[in-house]
Amino acid sequence: MKKMTAVTGNEALAEALRQINPDVCAAYPITPQTDMMQRFADFVADGLVDTEMMLVESEHSAMSACIGASAGGGRVATATSGPGLALMWEMLYVASGMRCPIVMPVINRALSAPLNIHCDHSDAMGARDSGWIQLWSENAQEAYDNLIMAFRIAEHAGIRLPVMVCMDGFIISHSVGVMDFLSDDKVQRFVGDFTPQEALLDIERPVSYGPLIVTDQYHEYKKAQNEIMDSVFAVTEAVASEFEYLSGRRYGLFESYRLEDAEIGIVVLNSAAGTCKDIIDEARENGVKVGLLKPRLFRPFPYTAVADALSHLKAVCVLDRSDSFGAFAPLFAEIAASLYPREQRPVLLNRIYGLGGRDFMPEHVEAVINEMMDVVSRRIAAMPKKYISLRQYY
Amino acid sequence: MTTSSLKLKDLVNKDIRLAPGHRMCQGCGAAIVVKMALLAIDKPVVACSPTGCLEVTTCISDYTAWKIPWIHSAFENAAVTLAGVETMYRALKKRGKISQDMTFVVFAGDGGTYDIGLQSLSGVMERGHDLLYICYDNGAYMNTGTQRSGATPLGASTTTSPAGSAVPGKLQTRKDIVKILAAHNIPYVAQACPGHHPDLMRKVQKAVSISGPKFINILSPCHRGWRSKADDAITISKLAVSSCFWPLYEIEQGVTRLTHVPKEKIPLEQFLRPQGRFSHLFRPENEWIIREAQKQIDAEWDLLNKNSCNTENG
Repeated sequence: MKKMTAVTGNEALAEALRQINPDVCAAYPITPQTDMMQRFADFVADGLVDTEMMLVESEHSAMSACIGASAGGGRVATATSGPGLALMWEMLYVASGMRCPIVMPVINRALSAPLNIHCDHSDAMGARDSGWIQLWSENAQEAYDNLIMAFRIAEHAGIRLPVMVCMDGFIISHSVGVMDFLSDDKVQRFVGDFTPQEALLDIERPVSYGPLIVTDQYHEYKKAQNEIMDSVFAVTEAVASEFEYLSGRRYGLFESYRLEDAEIGIVVLNSAAGTCKDIIDEARENGVKVGLLKPRLFRPFPYTAVADALSHLKAVCVLDRSDSFGAFAPLFAEIAASLYPREQRPVLLNRIYGLGGRDFMPEHVEAVINEMMDVVSRRIAAMPKKYISLRQYY
Repeated sequence: MTTSSLKLKDLVNKDIRLAPGHRMCQGCGAAIVVKMALLAIDKPVVACSPTGCLEVTTCISDYTAWKIPWIHSAFENAAVTLAGVETMYRALKKRGKISQDMTFVVFAGDGGTYDIGLQSLSGVMERGHDLLYICYDNGAYMNTGTQRSGATPLGASTTTSPAGSAVPGKLQTRKDIVKILAAHNIPYVAQACPGHHPDLMRKVQKAVSISGPKFINILSPCHRGWRSKADDAITISKLAVSSCFWPLYEIEQGVTRLTHVPKEKIPLEQFLRPQGRFSHLFRPENEWIIREAQKQIDAEWDLLNKNSCNTENG
């Protein structure tokens, strides 16, 4: 019998880390991640885990410590948010370049200025080219499941790359939702023992980490790094099917919701997908053929599969919770790139919503659906990029 | 704990764990410092360097001069990178996955220590990681071409504090990094120089025998940046000590002790003269800088004597 519990997103992730009991965890407090690491610190204080915790003096040092610890030859985790991830930026590239399988929940938060502690995706999107695998999560359950699977993907012998698990700050991290936790035993057996590779602490076989590579090899090194990403899709799917056997919960590279017979579609990441699905159900009752695609694996990005899922539509609205100022927003750019090679492809709209924690309401989804219908029936011309849910000051 | 002999006849039989063939300049102080320090340690060593001369010259893919495990991750974080390794070591030891004893040593330049790496270093010291941090101090960013750092001495001409007709080189004095580290109340802080190698090696040996965070600042002559002769590293570092520009001392459990008192304290000028970076100071209009620097060094030397347990005033 399943035991359902009501917990916050941060509690769920702290619980996953307790069950996994990593060798080393280095972290620095930042809202909204803080309360997750506090909970984990409680587990350490009460002896529920025997993880060595490093409570460092900055996120830059947190990631640096994780790199050292991971190179040392053990299982490593950290977590951060918004500006903390931005401060880590230099070291993110080092972590992936050194093939350190570090796992890091990113509790998504806006970037300054102006200062804002609430949810948007600018943090993780700013790190999308850093060579990290990115898994995105709609709610606490998905974040918990993704975090457990992340260790398997990161530590896979053919991958050995860091993974960030993205979850919306406050909206999920601080809101109570229903959770189905797996037993400690199940999680531990699923994640398994850490297998070191080229461990720095293997004193009998000394290795050097972090060489200088000049123009003769750097280019090839980066090509090799890109090629590893190609094998992430199959590993992610294999880990997901094992996880389904364990949990009964099925995860693909993305979630496809009522898309098969749809004419128009929404593409959106994380918690906003929940609101969208509700409104899609309502619209369906009114005869509107609308569906949704919610990416789960954002890096590497499954272009072909996404195109297969979307190319039959007449219009697609990509909702981005971050922007690339003066350009299309990050999620839109990927969807457009997916669909470009197809002869048959939908009209694409890019709508920016919810920056800095602005509420994303059912009426915003309704407006987006109505706009797509107007575009499809040619009542209005498609305006490529627009901010929605703006306050009306004047 | 038994410590092995530091006699030359015994040292020459030891394996030097930084292999020849690295690409450091002939006569580089840093290479000498690293070799001396490694010779003084008997246990297996895991080392870390920040981005800098030592790093780019000792590990260029696919070659490494390090016969020991070694890691470089970035510039501003050598202390915490190695603290991460050391923490994993403790985690794996606790879980029975590692049994050997190991020593952890950072070799970092002054840029990575006094300036960009100070925050990470301070954090590591405060948290009490069991590692030895050695700063090879050559008083400028030598790897990028001799830019001024927080360790550059007063009056030195560097590429970003050049001696010109309006500004006579660097106008600020050096940070006192040893005092900064001592203020962390760590068990062992010291200053050494390769011109006095038995003293240097004894300090390294003592440092690694103490658990907790340790720091040694070691003068590391750089003839490219100092504009001195390539074979002058040892001579100049001895002048640095005799002039009291670079006092040799240690602070163990809060107790300061001079480990060498020059028989005759020579004028600072004698340390400055063989170095092209100070040549402009000998022009009449700039001589006030030498006087000012001498005054500061005298005051610091007096203070050090006052605070030392093994001097008449102490």
